[in-house]
Amino acid sequence: MSDPTVADTRRLNSKPQDLTDAYGPPSNFLEIDVYDPQTIGVGRNRFTTYEVRMQTNLPIFKLKDSVVRRRYSDFEWLKNELERDSKIVVPPLPGKALKRQLPFRGDEGIFEDSFIEERRVGLEQFINRLAGHPLAQNERCLHMFLQDESIDRNYIPGKVRQ
Amino acid sequence: MSFFSFGQSAQIDIVLNDAETRKKAEHKTEDGKVDQYFLFYDGDTVSGKVNITLKNPAKRLEHQGIRIEFIGKIELYYDRGNNYEFVSLVKDLAQPGELTQSRTFDFEFTNVEKPYEAYTGQNVKLRYFLRVTVSRRLNDISKEMDIVVHTLSMYPELNSSIKMEVGIEDCLHIEFEYNKSKYHLKDVIVGKIYFLLVRIKIRHMEINIIKREMTGTGTNVYHENDTIAKYEIMDGAPVRGESIPIRLFLAGYEITPTMRGINKKYSVRYYLNLVLIDEEERRYFKQQEITLWRRGDVVRKSMSHQAAIASQRFESSSSDEKALAHAQAKEQ
Repeated sequence: MSDPTVADTRRLNSKPQDLTDAYGPPSNFLEIDVYDPQTIGVGRNRFTTYEVRMQTNLPIFKLKDSVVRRRYSDFEWLKNELERDSKIVVPPLPGKALKRQLPFRGDEGIFEDSFIEERRVGLEQFINRLAGHPLAQNERCLHMFLQDESIDRNYIPGKVRQ
Repeated sequence: MSFFSFGQSAQIDIVLNDAETRKKAEHKTEDGKVDQYFLFYDGDTVSGKVNITLKNPAKRLEHQGIRIEFIGKIELYYDRGNNYEFVSLVKDLAQPGELTQSRTFDFEFTNVEKPYEAYTGQNVKLRYFLRVTVSRRLNDISKEMDIVVHTLSMYPELNSSIKMEVGIEDCLHIEFEYNKSKYHLKDVIVGKIYFLLVRIKIRHMEINIIKREMTGTGTNVYHENDTIAKYEIMDGAPVRGESIPIRLFLAGYEITPTMRGINKKYSVRYYLNLVLIDEEERRYFKQQEITLWRRGDVVRKSMSHQAAIASQRFESSSSDEKALAHAQAKEQ
Protein backbone atom coordinates (compact mmCIF):
# COMPACT_ATOMS: atom_id res chain seq x y z
CA MET A 1 0.00 0.00 0.00
CA SER A 2 2.31 2.72 -1.29
CA ASP A 3 0.00 5.76 -1.36
CA PRO A 4 -2.28 5.94 1.68
CA THR A 5 -4.61 8.48 0.03
CA VAL A 6 -5.66 6.24 -2.88
CA ALA A 7 -7.41 3.01 -1.94
CA ASP A 8 -6.10 -0.30 -3.24
CA THR A 9 -9.04 -1.76 -5.14
CA ARG A 10 -7.29 -4.54 -7.03
CA ARG A 11 -9.09 -7.86 -7.10
CA LEU A 12 -7.99 -10.59 -4.76
CA ASN A 13 -6.13 -13.49 -6.35
CA SER A 14 -8.31 -16.43 -7.25
CA LYS A 15 -7.69 -19.76 -8.87
CA PRO A 16 -8.64 -19.87 -12.55
CA GLN A 17 -11.75 -21.90 -13.23
CA ASP A 18 -11.34 -25.37 -14.70
CA LEU A 19 -12.81 -25.39 -18.21
CA THR A 20 -14.74 -28.60 -17.57
CA ASP A 21 -16.42 -26.83 -14.66
CA ALA A 22 -17.06 -23.69 -16.68
CA TYR A 23 -18.62 -25.43 -19.67
CA GLY A 24 -19.91 -28.61 -18.04
CA PRO A 25 -23.53 -29.25 -17.14
CA PRO A 26 -24.58 -27.46 -13.95
CA SER A 27 -24.88 -29.68 -10.87
CA ASN A 28 -28.23 -28.15 -9.85
CA PHE A 29 -30.40 -29.61 -12.62
CA LEU A 30 -33.88 -30.42 -11.27
CA GLU A 31 -37.05 -30.36 -13.34
CA ILE A 32 -40.40 -31.82 -12.45
CA ASP A 33 -43.30 -31.91 -14.90
CA VAL A 34 -46.91 -32.49 -13.85
CA TYR A 35 -48.96 -33.38 -16.95
CA ASP A 36 -51.32 -35.80 -18.66
CA PRO A 37 -54.36 -35.62 -16.35
CA GLN A 38 -56.52 -38.76 -16.58
CA THR A 39 -59.90 -39.17 -14.93
CA ILE A 40 -60.33 -42.74 -13.71
CA GLY A 41 -63.51 -44.52 -12.59
CA VAL A 42 -67.21 -43.81 -13.06
CA GLY A 43 -69.93 -41.76 -11.43
CA ARG A 44 -69.32 -40.65 -7.90
CA ASN A 45 -66.09 -42.65 -7.51
CA ARG A 46 -64.16 -40.80 -10.16
CA PHE A 47 -60.82 -39.11 -9.49
CA THR A 48 -58.10 -37.49 -11.56
CA THR A 49 -54.46 -38.58 -11.61
CA TYR A 50 -51.51 -36.69 -13.01
CA GLU A 51 -48.18 -37.94 -14.31
CA VAL A 52 -45.26 -36.59 -12.28
CA ARG A 53 -41.95 -36.82 -14.12
CA MET A 54 -38.72 -35.84 -12.40
CA GLN A 55 -35.40 -35.32 -14.17
CA THR A 56 -32.37 -34.41 -12.08
CA ASN A 57 -28.65 -34.78 -11.60
CA LEU A 58 -28.68 -34.14 -7.83
CA PRO A 59 -26.94 -37.03 -6.12
CA ILE A 60 -29.44 -37.12 -3.26
CA PHE A 61 -32.11 -38.58 -5.55
CA LYS A 62 -31.61 -42.27 -6.30
CA LEU A 63 -33.16 -42.12 -9.77
CA LYS A 64 -32.07 -39.50 -12.28
CA ASP A 65 -35.27 -39.94 -14.27
CA SER A 66 -38.52 -41.14 -12.72
CA VAL A 67 -42.19 -41.19 -13.65
CA VAL A 68 -45.09 -41.83 -11.26
CA ARG A 69 -48.85 -41.21 -11.18
CA ARG A 70 -50.28 -39.15 -8.35
CA ARG A 71 -53.64 -37.69 -7.39
CA TYR A 72 -54.48 -34.52 -5.44
CA SER A 73 -54.81 -36.32 -2.09
CA ASP A 74 -51.27 -37.68 -2.55
CA PHE A 75 -50.00 -34.09 -2.79
CA GLU A 76 -52.00 -33.26 0.34
CA TRP A 77 -50.42 -36.20 2.15
CA LEU A 78 -46.94 -34.95 1.21
CA LYS A 79 -47.71 -31.43 2.43
CA ASN A 80 -48.98 -32.73 5.79
CA GLU A 81 -45.99 -35.03 6.29
CA LEU A 82 -43.54 -32.19 5.67
CA GLU A 83 -45.43 -29.71 7.82
CA ARG A 84 -45.29 -32.18 10.70
CA ASP A 85 -41.75 -33.50 10.36
CA SER A 86 -39.63 -30.79 8.83
CA LYS A 87 -38.98 -27.22 9.91
CA ILE A 88 -39.65 -25.71 6.52
CA VAL A 89 -42.51 -23.50 5.47
CA VAL A 90 -44.29 -25.64 2.91
CA PRO A 91 -45.51 -23.80 -0.20
CA PRO A 92 -49.29 -23.65 -0.69
CA LEU A 93 -51.24 -26.21 -2.69
CA PRO A 94 -53.90 -25.18 -5.21
CA GLY A 95 -57.34 -25.08 -3.63
CA LYS A 96 -59.35 -28.11 -2.49
CA ALA A 97 -62.41 -26.87 -4.44
CA LEU A 98 -65.05 -28.30 -2.09
CA LYS A 99 -67.72 -26.12 -3.64
CA ARG A 100 -67.09 -27.80 -6.95
CA GLN A 101 -67.83 -31.19 -5.37
CA LEU A 102 -71.40 -30.24 -4.36
CA PRO A 103 -74.26 -31.64 -6.44
CA PHE A 104 -76.55 -29.69 -8.77
CA ARG A 105 -73.79 -27.80 -10.53
CA GLY A 106 -74.23 -26.64 -14.10
CA ASP A 107 -70.75 -27.86 -15.13
CA GLU A 108 -68.55 -30.91 -14.60
CA GLY A 109 -67.36 -29.68 -11.16
CA ILE A 110 -63.88 -30.92 -10.39
CA PHE A 111 -63.69 -32.73 -13.72
CA GLU A 112 -64.14 -29.55 -15.69
CA ASP A 113 -61.25 -29.18 -18.15
CA SER A 114 -60.38 -25.63 -17.19
CA PHE A 115 -60.31 -26.52 -13.48
CA ILE A 116 -58.08 -29.53 -14.05
CA GLU A 117 -55.66 -27.38 -16.02
CA GLU A 118 -55.61 -24.75 -13.26
CA ARG A 119 -54.94 -27.44 -10.69
CA ARG A 120 -52.23 -29.05 -12.81
CA VAL A 121 -50.33 -25.76 -13.02
CA GLY A 122 -50.64 -25.23 -9.25
CA LEU A 123 -49.42 -28.75 -8.48
CA GLU A 124 -46.45 -28.34 -10.82
CA GLN A 125 -45.43 -25.08 -9.11
CA PHE A 126 -45.90 -26.69 -5.69
CA ILE A 127 -43.74 -29.74 -6.32
CA ASN A 128 -40.96 -27.79 -8.06
CA ARG A 129 -40.74 -25.32 -5.21
CA LEU A 130 -40.68 -28.08 -2.67
CA ALA A 131 -38.23 -30.45 -4.32
CA GLY A 132 -35.63 -27.68 -4.66
CA HIS A 133 -35.62 -27.01 -0.90
CA PRO A 134 -32.41 -28.41 0.63
CA LEU A 135 -34.22 -29.41 3.84
CA ALA A 136 -37.14 -31.05 2.05
CA GLN A 137 -34.66 -33.14 0.05
CA ASN A 138 -33.64 -34.82 3.31
CA GLU A 139 -37.13 -36.18 3.99
CA ARG A 140 -38.03 -39.78 3.16
CA CYS A 141 -41.61 -38.81 2.24
CA LEU A 142 -40.50 -36.55 -0.61
CA HIS A 143 -38.39 -39.30 -2.17
CA MET A 144 -41.21 -41.80 -1.82
CA PHE A 145 -43.66 -39.36 -3.42
CA LEU A 146 -41.41 -38.65 -6.41
CA GLN A 147 -39.71 -41.95 -7.08
CA ASP A 148 -41.62 -44.89 -5.57
CA GLU A 149 -44.33 -46.57 -7.63
CA SER A 150 -46.93 -46.06 -4.92
CA ILE A 151 -47.08 -44.27 -1.63
CA ASP A 152 -47.02 -46.46 1.45
CA ARG A 153 -49.01 -44.51 3.99
CA ASN A 154 -47.77 -46.79 6.73
CA TYR A 155 -44.16 -45.91 6.10
CA ILE A 156 -41.79 -44.90 8.87
CA PRO A 157 -41.07 -41.19 8.55
CA GLY A 158 -37.42 -40.21 8.64
CA LYS A 159 -34.48 -38.57 6.97
CA VAL A 160 -32.56 -39.73 3.92
CA ARG A 161 -28.82 -40.25 4.27
CA GLN A 162 -26.55 -40.03 1.25
CA MET B 1 -39.81 30.56 28.57
CA SER B 2 -40.83 33.69 30.45
CA PHE B 3 -44.54 34.46 30.16
CA PHE B 4 -44.30 37.76 31.98
CA SER B 5 -43.63 40.72 29.76
CA PHE B 6 -42.64 42.97 32.63
CA GLY B 7 -39.25 42.52 34.20
CA GLN B 8 -36.07 42.07 32.26
CA SER B 9 -34.89 39.29 30.02
CA ALA B 10 -31.74 38.78 28.04
CA GLN B 11 -30.50 37.10 24.89
CA ILE B 12 -27.45 34.87 25.20
CA ASP B 13 -25.08 34.22 22.31
CA ILE B 14 -22.07 31.95 22.41
CA VAL B 15 -19.32 32.67 19.89
CA LEU B 16 -16.20 30.54 19.59
CA ASN B 17 -12.82 32.23 19.23
CA ASP B 18 -11.86 30.03 16.28
CA ALA B 19 -15.28 30.15 14.58
CA GLU B 20 -13.65 31.33 11.35
CA THR B 21 -11.05 28.58 11.10
CA ARG B 22 -12.64 25.61 12.82
CA LYS B 23 -14.13 22.97 10.55
CA LYS B 24 -17.78 21.99 10.73
CA ALA B 25 -19.19 18.51 10.42
CA GLU B 26 -22.63 17.25 9.52
CA HIS B 27 -24.56 15.47 12.24
CA LYS B 28 -28.04 14.05 12.40
CA THR B 29 -30.41 15.29 15.09
CA GLU B 30 -32.88 13.08 16.92
CA ASP B 31 -35.70 13.89 14.51
CA GLY B 32 -33.59 13.00 11.49
CA LYS B 33 -32.60 16.48 10.36
CA VAL B 34 -28.99 16.97 9.30
CA ASP B 35 -27.19 20.07 10.57
CA GLN B 36 -23.68 21.51 10.63
CA TYR B 37 -21.84 21.80 13.94
CA PHE B 38 -18.32 22.86 14.93
CA LEU B 39 -15.99 19.88 14.97
CA PHE B 40 -13.74 19.18 17.95
CA TYR B 41 -11.28 16.44 18.83
CA ASP B 42 -10.16 15.00 22.13
CA GLY B 43 -7.83 17.47 23.86
CA ASP B 44 -8.98 20.53 21.90
CA THR B 45 -9.45 23.71 23.88
CA VAL B 46 -12.96 25.16 23.78
CA SER B 47 -12.79 28.94 24.14
CA GLY B 48 -14.87 31.88 23.13
CA LYS B 49 -17.10 34.70 24.24
CA VAL B 50 -20.56 34.85 25.76
CA ASN B 51 -22.60 37.89 24.72
CA ILE B 52 -25.47 38.75 27.02
CA THR B 53 -27.76 41.33 25.41
CA LEU B 54 -30.44 42.94 27.56
CA LYS B 55 -33.84 42.82 25.85
CA ASN B 56 -34.92 46.04 27.54
CA PRO B 57 -31.88 48.34 27.55
CA ALA B 58 -33.34 50.71 30.13
CA LYS B 59 -33.90 48.12 32.89
CA ARG B 60 -31.39 46.24 35.00
CA LEU B 61 -31.06 42.44 35.00
CA GLU B 62 -30.81 41.02 38.51
CA HIS B 63 -29.27 37.55 38.68
CA GLN B 64 -27.96 34.94 41.09
CA GLY B 65 -24.83 34.25 39.05
CA ILE B 66 -23.83 33.56 35.47
CA ARG B 67 -21.92 30.44 34.58
CA ILE B 68 -20.91 28.42 31.55
CA GLU B 69 -20.65 24.63 31.47
CA PHE B 70 -19.07 22.18 29.06
CA ILE B 71 -20.99 18.92 29.22
CA GLY B 72 -20.63 15.56 27.57
CA LYS B 73 -23.58 13.30 28.25
CA ILE B 74 -25.33 10.12 27.20
CA GLU B 75 -29.10 10.18 26.86
CA LEU B 76 -30.99 6.90 26.75
CA TYR B 77 -34.33 7.59 25.05
CA TYR B 78 -36.21 5.13 27.25
CA ASP B 79 -34.67 6.52 30.43
CA ARG B 80 -34.53 10.28 30.01
CA GLY B 81 -34.93 10.95 33.69
CA ASN B 82 -31.42 9.80 34.45
CA ASN B 83 -28.43 11.89 33.43
CA TYR B 84 -25.18 10.22 32.49
CA GLU B 85 -22.70 13.08 32.29
CA PHE B 86 -19.21 11.77 31.68
CA VAL B 87 -17.68 15.23 31.19
CA SER B 88 -18.86 18.17 33.30
CA LEU B 89 -16.83 21.37 33.57
CA VAL B 90 -18.01 24.68 34.97
CA LYS B 91 -16.66 28.21 34.80
CA ASP B 92 -18.28 31.05 36.72
CA LEU B 93 -18.63 34.13 34.57
CA ALA B 94 -20.23 36.47 37.07
CA GLN B 95 -20.99 36.48 40.81
CA PRO B 96 -24.62 37.20 41.88
CA GLY B 97 -25.42 40.82 41.14
CA GLU B 98 -26.97 42.80 38.37
CA LEU B 99 -26.23 43.75 34.80
CA THR B 100 -26.95 47.35 33.88
CA GLN B 101 -25.98 46.96 30.25
CA SER B 102 -25.22 44.22 27.72
CA ARG B 103 -21.91 42.53 28.43
CA THR B 104 -19.47 40.08 26.91
CA PHE B 105 -17.67 37.44 28.97
CA ASP B 106 -14.61 35.41 27.88
CA PHE B 107 -14.36 31.73 28.65
CA GLU B 108 -11.84 28.97 28.07
CA PHE B 109 -11.97 25.27 28.78
CA THR B 110 -8.38 24.17 28.21
CA ASN B 111 -7.46 20.82 26.66
CA VAL B 112 -10.86 19.27 27.34
CA GLU B 113 -11.07 15.50 27.37
CA LYS B 114 -13.64 14.27 24.89
CA PRO B 115 -13.23 10.52 25.07
CA TYR B 116 -16.18 9.40 22.93
CA GLU B 117 -17.55 10.29 19.52
CA ALA B 118 -20.82 12.22 19.35
CA TYR B 119 -23.58 9.84 18.23
CA THR B 120 -27.28 10.12 17.51
CA GLY B 121 -28.88 6.73 17.30
CA GLN B 122 -32.26 5.07 17.49
CA ASN B 123 -32.33 4.53 21.24
CA VAL B 124 -29.42 6.54 22.52
CA LYS B 125 -27.68 9.85 21.96
CA LEU B 126 -24.25 11.03 23.06
CA ARG B 127 -23.71 14.76 22.80
CA TYR B 128 -21.33 17.49 23.83
CA PHE B 129 -22.54 21.04 24.40
CA LEU B 130 -21.81 24.39 26.02
CA ARG B 131 -24.51 25.75 28.30
CA VAL B 132 -24.66 29.29 29.62
CA THR B 133 -27.01 29.85 32.57
CA VAL B 134 -28.10 33.16 34.06
CA SER B 135 -29.58 32.10 37.40
CA ARG B 136 -32.55 34.05 38.66
CA ARG B 137 -35.03 33.66 41.51
CA LEU B 138 -38.02 32.58 39.46
CA ASN B 139 -36.65 31.24 36.21
CA ASP B 140 -33.17 30.86 34.75
CA ILE B 141 -32.22 32.03 31.31
CA SER B 142 -30.05 29.51 29.52
CA LYS B 143 -28.61 28.81 26.08
CA GLU B 144 -27.06 25.64 24.75
CA MET B 145 -24.69 25.19 21.84
CA ASP B 146 -24.03 21.66 20.57
CA ILE B 147 -20.70 20.65 19.12
CA VAL B 148 -19.68 17.50 17.33
CA VAL B 149 -16.75 15.37 18.43
CA HIS B 150 -14.98 12.82 16.24
CA THR B 151 -12.62 10.17 17.60
CA LEU B 152 -9.65 9.40 15.39
CA SER B 153 -7.59 6.25 15.11
CA MET B 154 -4.29 5.39 13.48
CA TYR B 155 -3.88 2.70 10.87
CA PRO B 156 -4.15 -0.58 12.81
CA GLU B 157 -0.91 -2.50 13.08
CA LEU B 158 -2.71 -5.80 12.72
CA ASN B 159 -5.40 -6.00 10.04
CA SER B 160 -5.82 -9.59 8.98
CA SER B 161 -8.15 -10.61 6.19
CA ILE B 162 -11.34 -12.54 6.83
CA LYS B 163 -11.40 -15.87 5.01
CA MET B 164 -13.92 -18.64 5.65
CA GLU B 165 -15.52 -21.69 4.07
CA VAL B 166 -19.23 -22.06 4.79
CA GLY B 167 -22.19 -23.87 3.37
CA ILE B 168 -24.97 -26.41 3.57
CA GLU B 169 -23.79 -29.99 3.39
CA ASP B 170 -24.04 -31.42 -0.13
CA CYS B 171 -25.99 -28.38 -1.37
CA LEU B 172 -23.86 -25.24 -1.34
CA HIS B 173 -20.25 -24.64 -0.37
CA ILE B 174 -18.62 -21.25 -0.72
CA GLU B 175 -15.39 -19.70 0.40
CA PHE B 176 -15.59 -15.98 1.05
CA GLU B 177 -12.74 -13.59 1.67
CA TYR B 178 -12.64 -9.92 2.65
CA ASN B 179 -9.25 -8.21 2.35
CA LYS B 180 -9.33 -6.67 5.86
CA SER B 181 -11.16 -6.98 9.16
CA LYS B 182 -10.80 -3.28 10.04
CA TYR B 183 -11.93 -0.65 7.55
CA HIS B 184 -11.82 3.13 7.84
CA LEU B 185 -14.90 5.15 6.93
CA LYS B 186 -13.69 6.03 3.43
CA ASP B 187 -12.21 2.63 2.72
CA VAL B 188 -13.08 0.04 0.08
CA ILE B 189 -14.13 -3.49 0.90
CA VAL B 190 -12.31 -5.73 -1.56
CA GLY B 191 -13.18 -9.39 -1.50
CA LYS B 192 -14.24 -12.45 -3.40
CA ILE B 193 -16.68 -15.31 -3.24
CA TYR B 194 -15.47 -18.67 -4.56
CA PHE B 195 -18.02 -21.39 -5.31
CA LEU B 196 -16.95 -24.91 -4.37
CA LEU B 197 -20.29 -26.68 -4.74
CA VAL B 198 -23.53 -25.40 -6.23
CA ARG B 199 -26.47 -27.79 -6.14
CA ILE B 200 -29.15 -25.12 -5.74
CA LYS B 201 -30.43 -22.69 -8.35
CA ILE B 202 -29.03 -19.32 -7.36
CA ARG B 203 -30.59 -16.25 -8.92
CA HIS B 204 -28.45 -13.51 -7.44
CA MET B 205 -26.12 -12.59 -4.61
CA GLU B 206 -25.81 -9.38 -2.63
CA ILE B 207 -23.79 -7.98 0.22
CA ASN B 208 -25.41 -5.90 2.95
CA ILE B 209 -23.93 -3.68 5.64
CA ILE B 210 -25.87 -4.05 8.88
CA LYS B 211 -25.57 -1.66 11.80
CA ARG B 212 -26.50 -3.03 15.20
CA GLU B 213 -27.08 -0.64 18.08
CA MET B 214 -27.27 -2.25 21.53
CA THR B 215 -28.34 -0.03 24.41
CA GLY B 216 -28.88 -0.64 28.07
CA THR B 217 -27.92 -3.33 30.52
CA GLY B 218 -29.64 -5.99 32.55
CA THR B 219 -33.39 -6.13 31.95
CA ASN B 220 -33.51 -3.07 29.69
CA VAL B 221 -31.57 -4.16 26.64
CA TYR B 222 -32.57 -2.85 23.23
CA HIS B 223 -31.23 -4.13 19.92
CA GLU B 224 -31.78 -2.11 16.78
CA ASN B 225 -30.76 -3.61 13.45
CA ASP B 226 -30.51 -1.36 10.46
CA THR B 227 -29.50 -2.34 6.93
CA ILE B 228 -27.30 0.55 5.88
CA ALA B 229 -26.44 -0.73 2.43
CA LYS B 230 -27.58 -3.35 -0.08
CA TYR B 231 -25.24 -3.99 -2.94
CA GLU B 232 -25.81 -6.66 -5.59
CA ILE B 233 -22.55 -8.37 -6.52
CA MET B 234 -23.79 -11.14 -8.78
CA ASP B 235 -26.75 -11.60 -11.12
CA GLY B 236 -27.27 -15.10 -12.49
CA ALA B 237 -26.40 -18.67 -11.63
CA PRO B 238 -22.80 -19.53 -10.74
CA VAL B 239 -21.18 -22.93 -11.16
CA ARG B 240 -18.33 -24.66 -9.37
CA GLY B 241 -14.98 -22.93 -9.62
CA GLU B 242 -16.43 -19.50 -10.26
CA SER B 243 -15.00 -16.52 -8.41
CA ILE B 244 -17.10 -13.39 -7.92
CA PRO B 245 -15.25 -10.17 -6.99
CA ILE B 246 -16.48 -7.67 -4.40
CA ARG B 247 -15.62 -3.99 -4.43
CA LEU B 248 -17.75 -1.93 -2.08
CA PHE B 249 -16.89 1.75 -1.48
CA LEU B 250 -17.83 2.77 2.05
CA ALA B 251 -17.64 6.54 1.54
CA GLY B 252 -21.17 6.75 0.17
CA TYR B 253 -22.92 5.29 3.19
CA GLU B 254 -24.05 6.72 6.50
CA ILE B 255 -21.69 4.90 8.84
CA THR B 256 -19.94 5.71 12.12
CA PRO B 257 -16.89 4.12 13.73
CA THR B 258 -17.48 0.88 15.64
CA MET B 259 -18.23 1.77 19.28
CA ARG B 260 -17.91 -0.89 21.96
CA GLY B 261 -19.30 -0.45 25.45
CA ILE B 262 -19.35 3.35 25.47
CA ASN B 263 -19.33 4.27 29.15
CA LYS B 264 -20.84 0.77 29.60
CA LYS B 265 -24.10 2.13 28.17
CA TYR B 266 -24.23 1.26 24.46
CA SER B 267 -22.45 -0.30 21.51
CA VAL B 268 -22.65 0.26 17.79
CA ARG B 269 -21.27 -2.56 15.67
CA TYR B 270 -21.20 -3.28 11.97
CA TYR B 271 -21.60 -6.54 10.09
CA LEU B 272 -21.20 -7.63 6.49
CA ASN B 273 -24.05 -9.91 5.47
CA LEU B 274 -23.52 -12.02 2.41
CA VAL B 275 -26.90 -13.11 1.00
CA LEU B 276 -27.56 -15.63 -1.76
CA ILE B 277 -31.09 -15.84 -3.15
CA ASP B 278 -32.31 -18.83 -5.12
CA GLU B 279 -35.04 -19.08 -7.71
CA GLU B 280 -37.70 -19.76 -5.10
CA GLU B 281 -36.76 -16.64 -3.09
CA ARG B 282 -35.05 -18.72 -0.41
CA ARG B 283 -32.23 -16.77 1.26
CA TYR B 284 -28.91 -18.24 2.36
CA PHE B 285 -26.73 -15.86 4.35
CA LYS B 286 -23.54 -15.50 6.34
CA GLN B 287 -22.89 -12.57 8.67
CA GLN B 288 -19.44 -11.37 9.63
CA GLU B 289 -18.49 -8.53 11.94
CA ILE B 290 -16.11 -5.83 10.71
CA THR B 291 -14.53 -3.00 12.68
CA LEU B 292 -14.97 0.52 11.32
CA TRP B 293 -12.63 3.32 12.41
CA ARG B 294 -12.20 6.98 11.63
CA ARG B 295 -9.00 8.00 9.92
CA GLY B 296 -7.61 11.46 10.70
CA ASP B 297 -8.08 13.81 7.78
CA VAL B 298 -5.09 14.84 5.73
CA VAL B 299 -3.08 17.10 8.07
CA ARG B 300 -2.81 20.74 7.07
CA LYS B 301 0.05 23.01 8.03
CA SER B 302 -2.22 25.15 10.22
CA MET B 303 -3.42 22.23 12.31
CA SER B 304 -3.26 23.03 15.97
CA HIS B 305 -0.86 21.33 18.30
CA GLN B 306 -3.70 19.93 20.37
CA ALA B 307 -5.30 18.15 17.45
CA ALA B 308 -1.95 16.57 16.62
CA ILE B 309 -1.75 15.21 20.15
CA ALA B 310 -5.35 14.01 19.94
CA SER B 311 -4.91 12.01 16.77
CA GLN B 312 -1.78 10.42 18.17
CA ARG B 313 -3.46 9.51 21.41
CA PHE B 314 -4.97 6.33 19.97
CA GLU B 315 -2.76 3.32 19.32
CA SER B 316 0.30 5.47 19.96
CA SER B 317 3.60 3.79 19.28
CA SER B 318 6.79 4.92 17.60
CA SER B 319 5.77 3.42 14.24
CA ASP B 320 2.42 5.22 14.38
CA GLU B 321 4.06 8.57 15.00
CA LYS B 322 6.26 7.92 12.01
CA ALA B 323 3.16 7.15 9.92
CA LEU B 324 1.50 10.40 10.99
CA ALA B 325 4.68 12.36 10.29
CA HIS B 326 4.92 10.69 6.88
CA ALA B 327 1.30 11.67 6.07
CA GLN B 328 1.97 15.24 7.19
CA ALA B 329 5.13 15.45 5.10
CA LYS B 330 3.37 14.11 2.00
CA GLU B 331 0.68 16.77 2.07
CA GLN B 332 2.95 19.74 2.69
